[in-house]
Amino acid sequence: MTKTVARDSGLSLWVHAIRRDRKATIGALIIAFFVLVALVGPLLVADPDAPVGIPLQVPSAQHWLGTTGQGQDVLAQLVVGTRTSMAIGFAVGLVVVLVGALIGVTAGYFGGRVDALLSLLFNVFLVIPGLPLAIVIAAYLPSGPLTLGLVLVVTGWAWNARVLRAQTLSQRKRDFVAAAVVSGESSFRIVTREILPTMTSLLVAQVIGGTTYAIGAQVGLEFLGLGDVSVATWGTNLYWAQNDSALLTGAWWTFAPTGLCVALVGFGLVLLNSGFDEITNPRLLQERTWRAYLEKRGCEPSRSTPVVTEHD
Amino acid sequence: MTDAVLSIRDLCVDYVTEHGAVRAIDSVSLDVYGGEILGVAGESGSGKSTLVHAVMRILPPPAVIRGGVVQFEGRDILSLDEGELRALRWNRISMVFQSAMDALNPVITVGEQIVDTLTAHRTIPTAAARARAGELLEMVGIPDSRVDAYAHQLSGGMRQRVCIALALALEPAVVIMDEPTTALDVIVEREILNTVRSLQRRLGFAVVYITHDLARMLQYSDRVAVFYAARIVEAGPSAELHRAPRHPYTQGLLRAFPTVHGEEEARSIPGSPPSLVNPPAGCRFHPRCPFVFDRCREVVPEFVSVGPDHAAACHLLG
Repeated sequence: MTKTVARDSGLSLWVHAIRRDRKATIGALIIAFFVLVALVGPLLVADPDAPVGIPLQVPSAQHWLGTTGQGQDVLAQLVVGTRTSMAIGFAVGLVVVLVGALIGVTAGYFGGRVDALLSLLFNVFLVIPGLPLAIVIAAYLPSGPLTLGLVLVVTGWAWNARVLRAQTLSQRKRDFVAAAVVSGESSFRIVTREILPTMTSLLVAQVIGGTTYAIGAQVGLEFLGLGDVSVATWGTNLYWAQNDSALLTGAWWTFAPTGLCVALVGFGLVLLNSGFDEITNPRLLQERTWRAYLEKRGCEPSRSTPVVTEHD
Repeated sequence: MTDAVLSIRDLCVDYVTEHGAVRAIDSVSLDVYGGEILGVAGESGSGKSTLVHAVMRILPPPAVIRGGVVQFEGRDILSLDEGELRALRWNRISMVFQSAMDALNPVITVGEQIVDTLTAHRTIPTAAARARAGELLEMVGIPDSRVDAYAHQLSGGMRQRVCIALALALEPAVVIMDEPTTALDVIVEREILNTVRSLQRRLGFAVVYITHDLARMLQYSDRVAVFYAARIVEAGPSAELHRAPRHPYTQGLLRAFPTVHGEEEARSIPGSPPSLVNPPAGCRFHPRCPFVFDRCREVVPEFVSVGPDHAAACHLLG
């Protein structure tokens, strides 16, 4: 009846959890594809800035996704743009949560004046409307991917801090934290070893949400011309397509592939999140096993304890 | 003794895990008679709590009932649908949970909670429900001036009394008490159990009383059923069981309590209860039993009647 289960290492546990969930598998495949494109793609395509032929050619065997209004290869721009956009997306997603966790958890854990001060800080950032602020900062600083990343972090960290502060406040009052304090653990250790691990699912969801936000906002700002328009990214691709009146001339191949990529990455990240949820919340896994057991025997999962009389 | 109000036959409950099903209740049969206090004793994890939650059909996933019959007021609870269960729960069978703090809503007064319970099941004017709430609180020994108190304003014992008042609000035939006094000190515990017993004698409901405190149980129950590793090993009138326990496990449990006069030293049962993932064959107590012989290791013992309404599952008796 029982199988002996080898104690899984961290990584294989994650791989296993992703493979078990169909949604997470699809999400992981999508993200893996884009990461691969970002890593090796730029080595396989031509220089995205070089004019390669007549502007606005429709997709053909020579130029799979046609050419831009400047006569550049759309596929080359898309692939090279993937690297920049994905890199900024993931970096901002991580940093936003790191800053949010640092400030939010500190506020929640220490309370008192520290909390009052930090809460004031993130509340101010919460009331400032994000997009206009981003536009203003991006317009004043020298344009480029790094500036964009900075802008996105500045406008994006406050929500994470607020949510994590609330979580910390509730964990702070739990007995296991009191026990850790009494046993003489340092505040740093209590925060990193006792409190933060209880929020893993939240943190992972925040990184994924932060990445989705960063990619979307980044593309938006660049589309408005607030990035460095000479660097090939998904956003500047769209900026140039708009600049060359792609919609008016019906040159769909200059913007549709980029738009699709942005949508796909966002979609993939959200799907992946459902798989992570299950790792950090074992109860979800238990319930899934239970559902599968009932469905195999033709029973509906119900709120009241189900009765299965059919024998195996 | 009157007829059984609640009659459990061959109930099986499984917990479904990734590596197969674990049987938490294995072919358990038990009767609850009208107006009695039935004690259910057993170690942690022996299945006593699972049993009563299964009877209410409130075991959360991953539990599955794998067979049996739970006959109550002429109907099999295991064949009822959601709506019928809703009408039955609390109305006819209610429950007092272990942690009164968690069972009470912190943001509404205890009076309102009783009113909610009454209006959810009965068509009754709010004023009448409020009056009844005060009456119920008085009944369990709380002055009705506390009807507007919140749970956190009451002591642990008072909160548990409120839970008992809630359980009795709809005058059910059976009240299940799942370790109702485990979180309380012994003096409050005794007061509450005395209250329950006098109410039970007066109103005539039956109580299924779960605890791991065997001494308390023998003192307050009319009959006792002893659980060991998902099965019942012995059931009988508590006086009988106390005087002449027949199953080696029950004997071991009773010897594990020091006597008041100290003429006999308390002795624990060697070993620890088996894992239900891979339970021992035959009698589940055999690895710890001082009287074990070959048959115990292979054959599951049948229940043998050893007195009026007293039965035990042991090969020594067969």
